[in-house]
Amino acid sequence: MSGFDETLLDDADETVRVRFIVNGRKVACEVAPRETLVDCLRNALELTGTHAGCEMGACGACLVQLDGRAVHSCLMFAVQADGAKIETIEGLTESGVIADLQAEFHRRNALQCGFCTPGMLVNAQELLSQVAQPSRDEIRDALSGNYCRCTGYEAIVDAIDAVAKARSQGGDAP
Amino acid sequence: MVTNLASRLMSRRISEETAVKARAFSYFRAATIDQALEAHARAGDDARFIAGGQSLVPALSLRLQAPRLLIDITHIDELRGVRREGGHLRIGALTRHCEMLSEPLIAEFAPLLHAAAPFVAHPAIRNRGTFGGSIALADPASEFPAMTLALDAEIEITGPSGRRRVKADDFFLDLFETALQPGELITAVYVPLFKADQRFAFDELARRRGDYAMVGCGIMATCAGDRIDDIRISFFSVGNTPTRVKRAEALLIGSNLDAERIAAAQTALQSDLAPPDSDEVPPAMRLHLARVLLGRLLGRLGEGA
Repeated sequence: MSGFDETLLDDADETVRVRFIVNGRKVACEVAPRETLVDCLRNALELTGTHAGCEMGACGACLVQLDGRAVHSCLMFAVQADGAKIETIEGLTESGVIADLQAEFHRRNALQCGFCTPGMLVNAQELLSQVAQPSRDEIRDALSGNYCRCTGYEAIVDAIDAVAKARSQGGDAP
Repeated sequence: MVTNLASRLMSRRISEETAVKARAFSYFRAATIDQALEAHARAGDDARFIAGGQSLVPALSLRLQAPRLLIDITHIDELRGVRREGGHLRIGALTRHCEMLSEPLIAEFAPLLHAAAPFVAHPAIRNRGTFGGSIALADPASEFPAMTLALDAEIEITGPSGRRRVKADDFFLDLFETALQPGELITAVYVPLFKADQRFAFDELARRRGDYAMVGCGIMATCAGDRIDDIRISFFSVGNTPTRVKRAEALLIGSNLDAERIAAAQTALQSDLAPPDSDEVPPAMRLHLARVLLGRLLGRLGEGA
């Protein structure tokens, strides 16, 4: 975009075209500027693995990777993500990068209803990409922005802890 | 911290206002500061700049704010980067909270910000939220605005009438009210370089990690051996603005941080601070917590922390 085009001000309801790379595929869609990224992912792109919970950054259910880092997709508008690379839980699942985390969550019953799980997994992957061997305290700290209303935190911390240890030993979780 | 801002705002408004989607607005992605300022003026100042948006997006979703135009400043290169400039560290407004942890220049020359950063909200919010945005919002319960006071930082503001620098002491005016005029933008923050004869300490008391602190505090001191030559103590979550406690500071200057002076400084907090009425943290409790926290931090400072 070059300078500011004043006609823009009368077009608040007009949709604009945004392009991103979602889960490795180029996509383009028409969004209203006020549409959040989570709504765009779920409604326009039908990637419903990303969950809309509190819609104000408190619960962590909507976490996705934006240019490689975990962010709340409810705390940004889709237009802000124009040109970005996004990985949702579907992409992370397909590529297999979190297969060990998923298997360990499953093995330890680290989920009950599953609503929080996509956000938990994105956050766990973020933590393990930043800190090779986090302590249990660091795991809890990293999860402080993810709510599990089935109160499954203990098993979630156990699962992440086990995967952290397995990854740093270069193998799979036990 | 941001999440709690939203819930605080929401609990106040939910009965009358239940919207969770923003009102329609136009979006403009600025490539330069001039473009951003021009767009703001053309919208008749019925516009908001958006950077990380970690507080602004919930405020828009709850319709606490409803501008005609949102001006995205995150693609303006001039607002990026951390570098030394004379006796200061120039921290670009778009520096993200997570960079406060990862940027070596911050760790070396502004260690107080490095120490405060892990307490700012949650990791995913730190990946988006920006330093300039946090200062511009001026949430009295946030860590960074209070730390600019302790650091004697200067806020660089750019607007239609040019560029100016405002001392942090003169920047925070009242609840969410700052020296920023409509259409003005924070472009950088200048922090005096940390020196060998300085010490710092930071901590906060919160019910849960990642929550807003009930009380928090950062201290920068210049020492000659064990004697305090200068000290700046800044509290947050104690009132409408981040607050320096100048009576306590005055009592500590010239001291060796002996138990008697620390006790005197703790007592002085009752005249330095006037915590607001609150059901969750009543004023007497908040004052008590501030005294406890100050005692702990001065103790650490005395040990050379």
